[in-house]
Amino acid sequence: MILEVEGLNKSIGGKRILKDISFQMEQGDCLAIIGPSGAGKTTLLRCINNLEKCDSGTIKIDGSYLCKDNNGKSLYASSREMAAIRRKIGLVFQNYNLFPHMSVLENIIEAPIHVLGIPAKEAKDRALELLKLMGLEDKANYYPFQLSGGQKQRVAIARAWALNPKILCLDEPTSALDPELRGEVASIIEGLVEKEMNILIITHDMAFAQRVANKIIFMEDGQIKEAASKEEFFNSYQNSRIKRFVSL
Amino acid sequence: MFTYTLTLLPSMMKGLLTTLGVFFITLILSIPLGIIVSLGRLSKFKLLSKMVEFYIWVMRGTPLMLQIVFIFFGLPIVGITFDRFTAVIIAFVLNYAAYFGEIFRGGIESIDRGQYEAAKVLGLTPYKTFRRIILPQVFKMVIPSVGNEVITLVKDTSLTYIVGIGELLRAGRIASNRDVSLIPLALVGIIYLFLTAIVTGVFNKVEERYSYYE
Repeated sequence: MILEVEGLNKSIGGKRILKDISFQMEQGDCLAIIGPSGAGKTTLLRCINNLEKCDSGTIKIDGSYLCKDNNGKSLYASSREMAAIRRKIGLVFQNYNLFPHMSVLENIIEAPIHVLGIPAKEAKDRALELLKLMGLEDKANYYPFQLSGGQKQRVAIARAWALNPKILCLDEPTSALDPELRGEVASIIEGLVEKEMNILIITHDMAFAQRVANKIIFMEDGQIKEAASKEEFFNSYQNSRIKRFVSL
Repeated sequence: MFTYTLTLLPSMMKGLLTTLGVFFITLILSIPLGIIVSLGRLSKFKLLSKMVEFYIWVMRGTPLMLQIVFIFFGLPIVGITFDRFTAVIIAFVLNYAAYFGEIFRGGIESIDRGQYEAAKVLGLTPYKTFRRIILPQVFKMVIPSVGNEVITLVKDTSLTYIVGIGELLRAGRIASNRDVSLIPLALVGIIYLFLTAIVTGVFNKVEERYSYYE
């Protein structure tokens, strides 16, 4: 298992955001977590990326415990272990969060040089290679404010990918894109899957999930309502609520 | 009149050097200290944050003139003595670090939380996040306010007059008294105008240099 989440609970300000969430990702999965706004999808993603601490439950990434449940309380890895676990997972933010004072190239090589300690020359070559895959080889010296939304997103993907994570997470990758660009990011993600990257996507874009994912989790009200392979999911709407959501 | 002005120049230049000395030493010490002050003010340790807040309150809430007098004339009463120049520098640096601290705090607080999160997700340490991601963006943001503060500093150097340091204003005052002439004081004014014009020009250049991104 590349990702195992077991019995995750999280409350914010007395409100239960995540209720006993459990699911797994296997090597080669492209998992889409779908559901209406406020379902807790983003909080779940933030917990998996250690941007939020969960109250109880276990998160295991590629064999290492990010946190482990101990009598109803999550015990987190030490900061040294955390640094190693951190490298196994990458996140592309919904609004990308590129560093505005750095060029596209500098954005991508920042972490390889300053976190992994890769020599600058090597990091640069690799970054240019990634930019080429993203169709942005001519934009290396541009600054984020000079790029369109779709281009920024591809830079954000390249920046996360440059660290070679085991799992790449994308938060609402299509929310800010027009339909044409949606197809573009879909093919990029398909390309990543082909390169054996494990992908975890949060989205409420059904068509997009249907195109790229092989497994789908439907979340609502902080709970997982349905978890199935894509075929199963779309062929059998056992749950009428999902049916309503899917047909939207 | 022209020849008279020329005879004033040597003493003026001497005064100017002292003025520039106070200016540059204060600047070089108070900006880094201001960054530390802003971090202390933003610290999660309540006690530290409160202490820094108190320090800023005192420094901004009392006249710089009083602070200079306090350190040079006041502290010797309790047995702490500094020479004139040191006393002035201590007062200026403590005072300006408080102002710069507040400017930097505003800059740091205005950086989007997403920048910290992006750095965290990429695995950057808190130090590298601050040094490489946050601080450069803060610098760009605070250039105009720092520029204003630095222009004020140019003029505030004249406060050193009170402890009898031979800076620009003092040089002008002495000549004016001696010769019963307005020209030395006018000359002092012109030199200050030149200095502030240079500072303004430098900050415009810096602003331009940072305008490569938005």
